[in-house]
Amino acid sequence: MIGIVNYGAGNIFSLTSALERQHLPFGMVNTEADLDKYTHIIIPGVGHAGAAMKKLQDTGLVEPIKALKKPVLGICVGMQLLTAHSEEGDATMMNIFPLQTRLFNKDQGIKIPHMGWNNIDHKNNSLFEGVENLTQFYFVHSYFIEYNPTFDIATANYGMPFSAAIHKDNFYGVQFHPEKSGIAGEHLLKNFSNLKQ
Amino acid sequence: MLSKRIIPCLDVKDGRTVKGVNFIDLKDAGDPVELAWQYAQQGADELVFLDITATHERRKTMIEMVKSVARQLNIPFTIGGGITTVQDADALLNAGADKISINSAAVKNPELIEELARNFGVQFVVVAVDTKLVEGRNMVHLNGGRLITELETENWIRKAESLGAGEILLTSMDHDGTKQGFDCGLLNTITQMINIPVIASGGAGKVEHFIEVFEKTGVDAALAASVFHFGEIPIPDLKQKLKYHNIPVRL
Repeated sequence: MIGIVNYGAGNIFSLTSALERQHLPFGMVNTEADLDKYTHIIIPGVGHAGAAMKKLQDTGLVEPIKALKKPVLGICVGMQLLTAHSEEGDATMMNIFPLQTRLFNKDQGIKIPHMGWNNIDHKNNSLFEGVENLTQFYFVHSYFIEYNPTFDIATANYGMPFSAAIHKDNFYGVQFHPEKSGIAGEHLLKNFSNLKQ
Repeated sequence: MLSKRIIPCLDVKDGRTVKGVNFIDLKDAGDPVELAWQYAQQGADELVFLDITATHERRKTMIEMVKSVARQLNIPFTIGGGITTVQDADALLNAGADKISINSAAVKNPELIEELARNFGVQFVVVAVDTKLVEGRNMVHLNGGRLITELETENWIRKAESLGAGEILLTSMDHDGTKQGFDCGLLNTITQMINIPVIASGGAGKVEHFIEVFEKTGVDAALAASVFHFGEIPIPDLKQKLKYHNIPVRL
């Protein structure tokens, strides 16, 4: 069963609806003890990354999450929380991935936010099993995670390549919104729920 | 590559979709959930629901509708109409809306854009602008084009961007309903002027109009209502033709 970290950063109704459509049972994680109730953990998040990190710290869940050995998936800002630092609010993040979350550079002739459906080039990680390469997913964000070949499991391009998905041990992050990415997104959520401990 | 988005717009009154809809297989054309789901199946990239309810009960009905849509729909959607406060927006966000669109409320109270962006992020805030050419100047209009304001369209859009709009939905009232094509001249001016996504609206009548607006302007998305509702332009055909013209689309 999936536990959703409930730290007040944005709406989770779309996520829980997507899980329901996939018949994936879920519950909420409010305290450290709740983490034991679930086999898989999702950290959602929209809005300001620095503010989201502050809210997560207030719940006291940062260290317990870092110590987890079960599969953890960060979505959008939830993914950015897993990095070392975000330029949004110049905030120190959880530092599970030694990566930077940076602001898109409008001097590259791109519009900010990066909003809409973009292709991802994925590297056959279990998270993308059965998802055809170059499938489009729905993105909406102004900050991105720098491309790093060690952790990158899916790359998107917007002005330059950036990480659409990352993986390290039991930790996963996706910049796009699987709950809004049509059938492919629902498939990815299902894949996550099937990841072995 | 980022795809150009195709966005059907649905008018909603008392929680029901209005305007004639001509889909085969549609059991209840007034059911926003079924209609939204059909559009998602056809390949719509996003949906806009415009609430035209005038009664006091509107808010509650709308929240229920948004929740029902969010439960079923696996693509993003925007809610517009009657949003005047942060509380309105918060309720819609929690019900599952991805974006909200504000129009006259932003003109009357530009700080609302700033407040919404601060509370929910710029990606949540679409500023809808209805424009009409008056004596050679593009002027912002309210009430579906009936009420002129003192704002010049270009200036207002620039201001909306600086206040925290994440996207502009620009409807040309001169083109709306004519089916003679989008206002490519103005749309091109606007997209070159600002650095946030722009949705073109007003004037779509045939496939060539969509090709034209994507080829001649820097818009990110095109919105239409009747050509989709009446099945005049099936979305799969439209996307195939856009692709044939090397316009990036999601198939």
